[in-house]
Amino acid sequence: MSVETAGPSRAARQDAFFQALCFSAAMVLMATLAGLLIALVIGGWPALAHFGPKFFISAAWDPVAEDYGAAGPIVGTLVTAGLAMVMALPLAVGIAVFLVEFCPSVLAKYVSMAVELLAGIPSIVYGMWGLFVLAPWFALHVQLPLFYVVDPDSFWGHLFEGIPNGANIFTAAMILAIMVLPYIATVLRELLLSVPTHVREAAYGMGCTPYEVVSKIMLPYIRRSAIGAVMLGLGRALGETMAVTFIIGNSHEFPRSLFASGSTIASTIANEFAEASSDLHVSALLALGLVLFVITFAALVGARLLIGREKA
Amino acid sequence: MAFNRHLFDRHARRKLVNYGFVGLTMAATAVAVIALLLILWSLVANGLGGISLHIFTMDQPPPEMPGGLRNAILGSLEMCAIGMVMAVVIGILAGTWLAEYGEGSKLAEVVRFLNDVLLSAPSILIGLFVYELLVRPLHGFSAGAGAVALAFVATPVVTRTTEDILRLQSNQLREAGMAMGAGKSYVIRAIIWRASRPGLVTGALLGFARISGETAPLLFTSLGNPDLSFALTQPMGALPTTIYQFALSAFDDWRALAWVGALLIAITVLAANIIGRALARGSHQS
Repeated sequence: MSVETAGPSRAARQDAFFQALCFSAAMVLMATLAGLLIALVIGGWPALAHFGPKFFISAAWDPVAEDYGAAGPIVGTLVTAGLAMVMALPLAVGIAVFLVEFCPSVLAKYVSMAVELLAGIPSIVYGMWGLFVLAPWFALHVQLPLFYVVDPDSFWGHLFEGIPNGANIFTAAMILAIMVLPYIATVLRELLLSVPTHVREAAYGMGCTPYEVVSKIMLPYIRRSAIGAVMLGLGRALGETMAVTFIIGNSHEFPRSLFASGSTIASTIANEFAEASSDLHVSALLALGLVLFVITFAALVGARLLIGREKA
Repeated sequence: MAFNRHLFDRHARRKLVNYGFVGLTMAATAVAVIALLLILWSLVANGLGGISLHIFTMDQPPPEMPGGLRNAILGSLEMCAIGMVMAVVIGILAGTWLAEYGEGSKLAEVVRFLNDVLLSAPSILIGLFVYELLVRPLHGFSAGAGAVALAFVATPVVTRTTEDILRLQSNQLREAGMAMGAGKSYVIRAIIWRASRPGLVTGALLGFARISGETAPLLFTSLGNPDLSFALTQPMGALPTTIYQFALSAFDDWRALAWVGALLIAITVLAANIIGRALARGSHQS
């Protein structure tokens, strides 16, 4: 008798215990994000309090004089990520459309695997490749010829100003573009596949060419979610660290041309944090981290809201 | 007649535009495939020649001395292994909660949303967080802090895959278990988890692929260590941090070692990715 009553209650206790265990694991995830935010706010507060709003406007970054202004890295982050999106988006659309509409099914498996592998390559490998392969090539075949052709006092001359070593904002954006390309392309492809067959076939039935079907029917159909895909890529590009650190040249100057060396928030933190000498320096870097957190959080939240969950 | 020619011209133009468009999409795809091949090629060209037994038997050398990457490889393995154990336990439990208990609740929606954000959050911020959490209070860089940072990076990956996989299991399976008189937790552990095993392994492999190349979270947690060390309380070398240090150095032999390390990491990551996805594909079909 006692065994029978003990049986179900033990199972019930086990159920409750297991559910609590799963629940606490889920809460650990929430606590991680909350802790991340709290740690950055607490850590960055001394610098923010010390410099006030000047922290975001000033481009001075001088560890010796203990004067820190984040404008250089912030603008560097936005410019590299923005440029990267400009380069990656047309390519991503092309890849997604090719895979959905034109690619022979034999080939599709391998092409999408290649795109997935591109996403799997670690950031540091991109960085090495950028530094040792892309940068020298870029310096020799793009920067030097432009150097001879373009009048240095013209608009283009100012735009292309910089030491011809290939380590600059533009090449950093190129690397970022390759890195975020697979993320955007994969989401866009899922979105294109989600266009109802009858919509697509109705357009074909009217005699539209594939180009017209894609550009006038399918892309407008997914427009809203596609913006989400772009923001997802943007979120990645904004916070990308190692690849950028290798190739951007790491100068804290406010970027004045496309081929100038610069820095991003993430590259500044990666470069200086372990060696930061003073408390104010550490705090300034944590405040930078907070800025990065806010920017990427906004981009990622925007992306999720626009895409919806299933396709991301 | 003129009308017909006009029609023909228009048709020809539309066809031409279409061919141009198809060509452009092919070119875009070619750019991605070529970029992948170029990167893989430079890894092989620069790294393959340097692979020898010494890489695995000798520790990282001072400049211009012979040496290998043993301390970095073992350090990476140790921190990834510990990080993965934490990530798999938390990730599978959290994913199970989302799929089996949370269901449509508001809280589950929030957790799911934050997990997705965490999934794409910059990993360098995880490094800063763990620095504030473990390194600063304990007054020192340590391998343990590095492992925790890696766990934070991998957990969202495991959670996400676990939830997706568990949702694929049919409710009949759950009902059959319940009908036999088993409690909910027993059904989940003995039936649902077992049926989802290949998918759960995929989640773990994808998480591993993600962290084995991660550098940013280790820079100010485990820091790096030129000597072989297994102690969790001490700084520890890892392949990514060693590559970072060597690649940016002025010494040719350090750079050569960096290429070897990059090749090793790329092989590991790509293999984990391919095996993980193959397993996932297999389990979807069955």
